Parts: sequence; structure tokens; C-alpha cells
Amino acid sequence: MALYSEKVMDHFRNPRNVGVIEDANGIGEVGNAKCGDIMKMYLKIEDDIVKDVKFETFGCGSAIASSSMATELIKGQPLSEVRKLTNKAVAEALDGLPDYKMHCSVLAEEAIQSALADYEKRTGKHVE
Amino acid sequence: MIYADNAATTKLSEAALCTMTDLLREVWGNPSSLYTHGQEAKEVLEKAREEIAAVIGASPREITFTSGGSEADNQAIRSAAERGRIKGKKHIISTAFEHHAVLHTLEKLRKEGYEITLLDVHENGLVTPEEVGAAIREDTCLVTIMTANNEIGTIQPIREIGAVCRARGVLFHTDAVQAVGHIPLNVADDNIDLLSASAHKFHGPKGVGFLYARKGILLSNLIEGGAQERGKRAGTENVPGIGAMATALKEANANMAQNAAYLTKLRDRLIAGLKEIPHSALNGDEKRRLPGNVNFCFEGIEGESLLLLLDDKGIQASSGSACTSGSLDPSHVLLAIGRVHDVAHGSLRLSLGEDLSEEDIDYIIRSVKEVVTYLRGFSPIWRDLMSGKKEFIL
Repeated sequence: MALYSEKVMDHFRNPRNVGVIEDANGIGEVGNAKCGDIMKMYLKIEDDIVKDVKFETFGCGSAIASSSMATELIKGQPLSEVRKLTNKAVAEALDGLPDYKMHCSVLAEEAIQSALADYEKRTGKHVE
Repeated sequence: MIYADNAATTKLSEAALCTMTDLLREVWGNPSSLYTHGQEAKEVLEKAREEIAAVIGASPREITFTSGGSEADNQAIRSAAERGRIKGKKHIISTAFEHHAVLHTLEKLRKEGYEITLLDVHENGLVTPEEVGAAIREDTCLVTIMTANNEIGTIQPIREIGAVCRARGVLFHTDAVQAVGHIPLNVADDNIDLLSASAHKFHGPKGVGFLYARKGILLSNLIEGGAQERGKRAGTENVPGIGAMATALKEANANMAQNAAYLTKLRDRLIAGLKEIPHSALNGDEKRRLPGNVNFCFEGIEGESLLLLLDDKGIQASSGSACTSGSLDPSHVLLAIGRVHDVAHGSLRLSLGEDLSEEDIDYIIRSVKEVVTYLRGFSPIWRDLMSGKKEFIL
């Protein structure tokens, strides 16, 4: 049996939305190098919709795959949907993660929520 | 496929495989039975014991067969601790980067009231005999220091350490799991009292190993039962495994000089190639290391993703990152030689075998360079390092 599902391996090998958005209006960074995982999310929000999202990740295969899947789940979505994104949804969309790797999906959720909070702070808007 | 994880396990040699299948098919009797078929199995056992003893300069009676290196480590340490306790000596000296079979046994002994001193292994991954001498006390009952480290391959000055121990009347055990069959070892010349070995590290089968205990050292049982192994290790012997282990060890020993010279050449080529990667560092002393061991840290990336991408390129290796250890902390070995967490997560161990060619080494170098560059390309740490927001460690 493989360590990861095919979907995890696909998102790990071909991560979607990798990179930086120079004029992002919401940026979130979570994790720390000591623990071995850092995720940075860049959001470009227009009219309460995620027009573009990119990520950078230092971490294991499931951390990279979780970041990639999380960006796919919120791209083009209204902010109200982004707010509802959970780690469970990320893990499920990846056809599951090994138990000891669930924290990678938690990190992805936190990175997105942190970027959203940054957007709120910058614009003074409040997302329900 | 390029298999570069020989420190994890090695492929069974053809000769060992033949011995094993022959024994499974033909010599399936119980060595404790007194009829002919049982006694044939007994003969296989005793011949294996003689052959293994000869390779390490021991006498056959000093060899006890075990299920592998971990059991041998446990039994050696438990035995010495028990002898010490009887004499009122409950202090044990070891190092911070031993295998967990040793460290976890020592941790248990600590809870049972023993005092444990873990010596510093320094940046180069080497212990000095002087520091061992300085740490020995009146109540020291055992010094246990590995011959070669399983992650960074550094080879300890065990002969000198053994001499210090002998002069002070303290037992010396060495976990030689990574060394036996790879570098010359002689228990008499090297002043070793107890030594652990595992067959699958020298192209023998898994699930079998041995413990050498110098004549006169009383072993304590881990497994109680029948009178096998002179009553020191109960359970019907793994005759095919033990026979195959002897075949593999004889073979490894016969080819040792040639293999070591070849692997050293490959190793040094690989080290030179990987050193070209900026902000990387070799772990452990460059020369005093096992012929096939290469271990690097690459700043700004994480080891598990490196391994997965190398696997996609047909290269099988290992890492000391937290994600591969199944805990939040990276390898205790890398931390012991002073690598900080951030850097230790980005480690790669390549342990080479004789089946690899120089072309394979060049392919590994190209692939590692490619993968490290790719992963750094979207690493937020690397971005911070490159922009000057964070300072490089390596």
C-alpha cells in the first residue's frame, strides 16, 4: 500500500497555484521551520470573490498537496464560502490523509483563514 | 531502480538465499531433537557459529544468536546493567546519537534507578577516547558506543575506547550493526566485550542477528524458556536464517577490502557532487565514515518531499526529517551533531551498495540538484533567505 492516495500524489507532483501574487490583498503565513512545515497563502480578492490564489510551502508531501488542494477549493469562490473552509474538506478532497498527517490539512485551513483575516484587516471589511 | 538505502536494509545475497532455501527445504528438523534429522540442524547451527566467530575473531561459545540487532543491544545492555547492579555499580556511559535500541533501553534503565551519561558527539559525529575516560566513575558498569552511526556513518575510535574501558575495568559494548561485514572488526584487537550485529545489514536475511559476549560475561535472558543458546536465549533456533547469515557474513568478509575501496570511490564522488549545491552541508566527518554513507542537509527544503520526488526518479533513499520519523522532531542524530531543527528537516541519507555504478552516482547528483532547486522554488523559507529577511545557516 502506498503512503498517500493517488490524489495526494497528484497534487504533490503537480501542485496547482504555486507561486506569489505581487499585488495580493490578503497574505497568511502559518507553521514554523522548527516543526518542518510552513505555508504561505496569497489571495487576490475582488468583489468579495477570490479572483486568484497562490501558495508557497516548505514541508512534506502532504503539506504541499494540502496547500494545493486548499487553493483549488477556494479559487473563484465567494468569501463567505472561503470562511467555511475546513481542514476536513481539504483532507476529504484529497481522498484522505494518514492520521499523523492530518495536521497538514489543519495548516492549510489556518493559512487560508489567516490570509482572509489579513484581507479584513487591510480593508476594514468583515466577512461573515 | 537505484537503491541507495543500504543502511536501512540490504538485498539478500544470492549465496545467502541459496543457503536459506536449501535449509528450509532439507534441514527442517529441530536442533534440540536427538535423532539424525534434528542433529543435522544442530550441526548447521554450530557450523554457522564457528564461521561467524572466526570473522570477528571470537570463539564460537562467545556467539549467541538473536532475532537481530535490537535484541542483541537490549540483551547486552541489560546483562551488563544487571552485573553492575549486583556490585552496586549503576552508572552507564553512552552517546546521544546511539540507535534507539540502545537509547530506549538506557531510558528504561534510568527509570529503574540507573544513572546515564550521554557523551557529546561533536559537530563531526565522533567521540574521543579521552572523553570516555573522563566520564568513567567508580560506579560505572558499562560503556556502550556504536561502532558506526546508522545515519551519518561516522566510525568511532572503538579500539581506543575499548582500551580505556579495559584499563579501568569497565565493560565495553558496541552496537556494530552498521559496521559488521563492511569494515574490519576484531573483538580481541578492538578490546570489545560485547558486540551486536544484524544479518540484514550485510546482505543476510531479516529477523536474525547475533550477540558476541566475551568469555566470562554472564548474559541475562530477555526470553525465558528452553535451553537453546546455552540457556541464554530460549526459543527454537532460526536455523535457515542463521545459516544464511553465516553465508552472507563470510561473503561480505571475503570481499570487504574490494567493496570498501569501490564504495569509498563512489561515496567521495557523490559527496563532491552534492557539495556543489549552494547552502548544503555534509553531515558527519568526511573521511572517518562508512564507505557507502553520504548524508547531507539542504537548507530551505523538507526531507520527505525530497524523498518522494527522488522516488519518482527511481532513487530510493531516506531522510531524518520529522515527517519521515513519524514524530514532530527531526532525527536525534542530526540534533546531536548540532544541526538546528530548520536544517535537520532538510536531510538526505544515501547509503550506497556495490551494485551501483559511477553513472548511477552522476544520475543521483543530477536528480538531487534538480529536486532541491525545484522545491526551493516555492519554499517560503528559501524566499526569506534569498531576500535577506532570514540569515542562512548553511
